[in-house]
Amino acid sequence: MSDNATKEALSGHKKLERNVTLLGAAALVTVAIGGIVEIAPLFWIDNTIEQVEGMRPYTPLEQAGRDIYVREGCYTCHSQMIRPFKDEVERYGHYSLAAESMYDHPFQWGSKRTGPDLARVGGRYSDEWHVQHLANPQSVVPESVMPQYGFLSDEPLEFEYIADNLVALSRVGVPYTEADIEQARQDVIGQADPDVAPGDLAERYPGAQSRDYDGDPDRITEMDALVAYLQVLGTMVDVNAAAAQEVLAGESGR
Amino acid sequence: MANEIPQVGKRVDDATGTETVGHEWDGIEELNTPLPRWWLWTFYATCVWALGYVILYPAIPLLDKGTEGALGWTSRGQLTEELAAEAAARAPVMEAVATTPLERLQEDAGLMQQAVAGGAAAFRVHCVQCHGANAAGSEGYPNLTDDEWLWGGDLAAIEYTLTNGIRHPGATQTRTSLMPAFGRDGILSGEQVNSVTNYVLSLTGEGSATAAGAELFANNCAVCHGADGGGLRQFGTPSLNDAVWLYGDSREAIRRQIFEPRHGVMPAWEERLDPATIRMLAAYVHSLGGGEDFVEAVELAAAEPNEQD
Repeated sequence: MSDNATKEALSGHKKLERNVTLLGAAALVTVAIGGIVEIAPLFWIDNTIEQVEGMRPYTPLEQAGRDIYVREGCYTCHSQMIRPFKDEVERYGHYSLAAESMYDHPFQWGSKRTGPDLARVGGRYSDEWHVQHLANPQSVVPESVMPQYGFLSDEPLEFEYIADNLVALSRVGVPYTEADIEQARQDVIGQADPDVAPGDLAERYPGAQSRDYDGDPDRITEMDALVAYLQVLGTMVDVNAAAAQEVLAGESGR
Repeated sequence: MANEIPQVGKRVDDATGTETVGHEWDGIEELNTPLPRWWLWTFYATCVWALGYVILYPAIPLLDKGTEGALGWTSRGQLTEELAAEAAARAPVMEAVATTPLERLQEDAGLMQQAVAGGAAAFRVHCVQCHGANAAGSEGYPNLTDDEWLWGGDLAAIEYTLTNGIRHPGATQTRTSLMPAFGRDGILSGEQVNSVTNYVLSLTGEGSATAAGAELFANNCAVCHGADGGGLRQFGTPSLNDAVWLYGDSREAIRRQIFEPRHGVMPAWEERLDPATIRMLAAYVHSLGGGEDFVEAVELAAAEPNEQD
């Protein structure tokens, strides 16, 4: 660069440096470019979320369990994201798909694991195991440092306003239908109380399982909700099915 | 371009021998020290590297998807390749384990050793949560290292249990049996439950039983647990005349188990694991100390899973 050109470029920059409004505006534009390039495309490019079968919103009971999961801070030790690495896939199962957390608000991704990843814990253990393990983790895993959550069995589940939860979630894009919201309270009871017929729960939420989860059929407790949530994790999409494998095999650019 | 800022002129600083940038505030001047060469060239190198990276790997988001990169690399594709290579390396052993008839597996010491090693690895992933890292179990979860078996302890029986699970909802071939809740459902009165509890305790030499207790046991319990309380494997009933107790050995624990029994559930692993891995797990569990020789190999051969993929 010649001396003159350098001088001109520098004098242009001097204007920026001496005008705080101009400098602020220019800084905003510069930072915004970074954001637009890195974040914004995720909202429109097609391969952000895989096109796989089976995803459905959580049932009201599962959603209530999810709220307890978040309330108790389970996420501080447990992630729900199996990364596509050999060691993780061999231990936890098929890697997580973006589609599998598309109805999670907030998502539970992470890689900091004091405890194991829970993305595919659903159906892996019996309900009884979960109840025993939550009440006294050391009774089944002696070296565990997990706190004891036995009090969940004594706390009746509060679900009077569960329909409002679904409304809030539907506003951020979870496709709950009007029927889902209307029947939210009955759905909780139908799914957790073995003496009450679940009605058309399984039609509106394919694959939803209705049973007494916590070993106490007389009451619906927070334990019912949490175990129902744990038992559905990672089970909605049949990732090993031929159709899902075909979708994943055709992927590129990820 | 017009420049109203007074130029002081680029003075060379005496102390450092470096040019100043040319402006001055209250006598404070700024040195125009050039960037170190090594830093500048490293910066240029990273620019070149980034250019190559953007061309070779998925990088730039476009309208409906990002660029795919000249190499066609994906993180998931790489994983698939790694897993395929791993599976190929294991294939001969898996194939041999899956196709060798169970009765022959034990005769082939080398293959059995590999099966046990593979089973140990799979056990650490899938089984330790209930049966414990040392397979010794805990309350409600059977100890696999002793010679007390509920459903049978030869290779075929263990493999069957692993494949089909125990009381696993939805598995048609699952092992299942349910003990009646003698107390809760009013089959026996509280008094009678106490008598039976005393009788069961007396089978291991604890306390003393009454004739009433013995009669109640013979009428209600012997059909499944055997006349001597030794347990019957076709029902998965535990023997009551030894010191091994799944749900506790106290009087209260035994009484509770008669009044309102708990039943263990084990997953049907055929839903998750391939037959070779299940067979390796069976070999591992069999090797833990309590494995039994075949007693009914011919009968159980029909129950062997045949598909190997």
